[in-house]
Amino acid sequence: MRGATHARWAACVIAGGLLATACGSGGGFGGAGVLTSSWGDPQNPLEPANTNEVQGGKVLDMVFRGLKKYDPRTGKAQNMLAERIDTPDSRNFTIRLKGGWTFSDGEKVTAHSFVDAWNYGAGLKNNQKNAYFFGYIDGYDKVHPESGAQSADTLSGLKVVDDRTFTVKLNQKFSTFPDTLGYAAYAPLPRAFFTDHAAWLKKPVGNGPYQIESYAKGSAMSLKKWDAYPGPDPAQNVGVTLLVYTDSNTAYTDVLAGNLDLVDDVPATQLKNVDTDLNGRYINTPAGILQTLAFPYYDPKWNTDGARKVRTGLSMAINRKQITETIFRGTRTPATDWTSPVLGVAGGFKAGLCGPACDYDPAQAKKLIQEGGGIPGGRLRITYNADTGSHKQWVDAVCNSINNALDNDKACVGNPIGTFADFRNQTTGHKMTGPFRAGWQMDYPLIQNFLQPLYYTGASSNDGLWSDKRFDGLVDRANAETDRATAVRLFQQAEEVVRDNMAAIPLWYQNGSAGYTDRLSHVALNPFSVPVYNEIKVG
Amino acid sequence: MGRYVARRLLQMIPVFIGSTLLIFVMVNVMGDPIAGLCGERACDPATAAQLKREFGLDKPLWQQYATYMGNLFTGDFGTAFNGQKVTELMGSAFPVTIRLTIVAILFEIVIGVTLGVVTGLRRGRPIDTGVLLGTLVVISVPTFVTGLLLQLLLGIKWQWISPSVRYGSFDELIVPGLVLASVSLAYVTRLTRTSIAENKRSDYVRTAVAKGLPARRVVVRHLLRNSLIPVVTFIGADIGALMGGAIVTERIFNIHGVGFQLYQGILRQNTQTVVGFVTVLVLVFLVANLLVDLLYAVLDPRIRYA
Repeated sequence: MRGATHARWAACVIAGGLLATACGSGGGFGGAGVLTSSWGDPQNPLEPANTNEVQGGKVLDMVFRGLKKYDPRTGKAQNMLAERIDTPDSRNFTIRLKGGWTFSDGEKVTAHSFVDAWNYGAGLKNNQKNAYFFGYIDGYDKVHPESGAQSADTLSGLKVVDDRTFTVKLNQKFSTFPDTLGYAAYAPLPRAFFTDHAAWLKKPVGNGPYQIESYAKGSAMSLKKWDAYPGPDPAQNVGVTLLVYTDSNTAYTDVLAGNLDLVDDVPATQLKNVDTDLNGRYINTPAGILQTLAFPYYDPKWNTDGARKVRTGLSMAINRKQITETIFRGTRTPATDWTSPVLGVAGGFKAGLCGPACDYDPAQAKKLIQEGGGIPGGRLRITYNADTGSHKQWVDAVCNSINNALDNDKACVGNPIGTFADFRNQTTGHKMTGPFRAGWQMDYPLIQNFLQPLYYTGASSNDGLWSDKRFDGLVDRANAETDRATAVRLFQQAEEVVRDNMAAIPLWYQNGSAGYTDRLSHVALNPFSVPVYNEIKVG
Repeated sequence: MGRYVARRLLQMIPVFIGSTLLIFVMVNVMGDPIAGLCGERACDPATAAQLKREFGLDKPLWQQYATYMGNLFTGDFGTAFNGQKVTELMGSAFPVTIRLTIVAILFEIVIGVTLGVVTGLRRGRPIDTGVLLGTLVVISVPTFVTGLLLQLLLGIKWQWISPSVRYGSFDELIVPGLVLASVSLAYVTRLTRTSIAENKRSDYVRTAVAKGLPARRVVVRHLLRNSLIPVVTFIGADIGALMGGAIVTERIFNIHGVGFQLYQGILRQNTQTVVGFVTVLVLVFLVANLLVDLLYAVLDPRIRYA
């Protein structure tokens, strides 16, 4: 508020007592060493096992530390609270905690903090949307039955040995289970969470490098550095203030005016000017997000051998390079496999796995589609939600690309749906008649997370109900495999099955982008496209 | 007068029930809101069923509506999906929007009526033509263009204001208020101008001038009082429109008011939020209209309500 302070006071005097709350209460945002950052109103209450989107995830990332943490640069899972995690058979795990960790309210982090939190997260009566993360643990079917009330309050697979040790028994072999433990849903919870839940939700308390100072739901949250933080990654700034923006354009404008320090979602319309606007204070790094087109295999027309050829043909008819360059200006990269570059080659990313099926070749595309008997139903309708994420632009571009390849102006049209909720409703209700937008943001950087939830028979995000015995078998074998390299190779073989059937058309890898003011340095985004707040230096 | 007010208040009841029912059904037609809560993933059926039960979504529509109305009369507007009470949301959103509306209405009255009087008294002169042209431009340019343009010029180029609103205090709302008021302001100017120009030639004004009253008194006491009747109607009806229709302005300037809550409620298909806010807006609209009708009697003693 440059030079407007007088005006504000004048206005407050005029306004009188009735509206006095709005006046004088300023000064909480910004300040020396504190950075302001754009935010969105979290959709669900801020409980670790109930937060499944980036905005709530941002806060959890600052306030909590779990057994593992994903390295912000490499994405590798590293021990944080865990001293070591041992297993003789990929099914029974013994987890030993490091000493010296506490919550910011002083309570010690013990094995109970984890076991109680996980039992709460899995419990059906607690309505936690990430409950299925605990689905691998023995006894989940009792705590979270598919119908009826839960018959147990605790997972039988979890046992506390002593203050710093607990054991986990899974209901199947899952060799990479320890690497999933960096996900926010596995965070430990203090007693206060259970004893005074309402108060905890108003002002969550965790064991991360920041503690929450104040939380005005729907508008702002102010976090400050926790000085007694025992971990190896303490905050390099005095605090972070998250401000809710309804429109990322406004947040971007505020960064230009120096009114906001960091915007972590640069709107597509501004990408053209971002370099000159921000004088290089712009980052654009790969994130674990893959956009695909999925198909309705519950519709018999799409579940034929001919349709397989049609899908491959459609994939070849899409000019990914042109679309990513013109619409997304390099913030997305044409996909050549079904994972993400953030996994790294050792983690299972394999550029070019898709082969010619992902290369733009209109002539071959036309041939394949004709061989396969043409587009089922005669016309391709790509369904998407029109309320967020500039989906309309790329769907129209994809259709245009397909139409050009087929020399038919009416071969493909977009089918917008008003809201995300309605879109999800129709996809999960299996009401699609053609391809639909499917975006996947990884939960943890493992190749398993890009394949199993999406293509395994009956998996939670397998909205098209694709099913292939060979794929399922390979995934089962990979999960049981203790050697990491062999497991990755098996997952890649499973991925080849996806390719040969073109179960979903990979479109592009999505990057995270952020712009910031000259007050900040050391700004980086982690593979989940969340700013690494604790490393940012102010001033 | 008393009976008139009573009758009008009674008429509000069916309007109120009808409009809430309409909104309730409309939000419901959009489908199951639970599916949107789980991201790009199917909610597991057990949790989804549990959530539906908790929000009462498993009951038939008429029963949901009946429960909702029942709760409404006890002051319970329900809970949004993020666990916040809708009354809490209203408590934070309405004061901001009311302030924004006050700023906008003040602009309409002060600038609109003044310009209207000046141009109405000087019909055909350069100032009249100039203002008319100006209002034409304002009416034809959409609000979001004016808003973004002012934000860019005042906020970034000249740095006079901050481009977004943080606290929702009056001084921050001056520019957004002007943007919100701009189109109505132009209409108020035109309405006043026509009204003044017409009444200027009427007998009572000529009599007042012939009596030798000072020009100022003729304009303010006699001419303006009569000419303001259509303007008051317009502004009264505008209060409701401004409060509900500020979605665009509130988005541009990041104001966390009613428009913001409504927009978010619609995106998340949150019946409780949307119906609650719209219900209050409907009430505001009805009351504003009643007040306007009562104001007539004050402005024009010939109008009597029985």
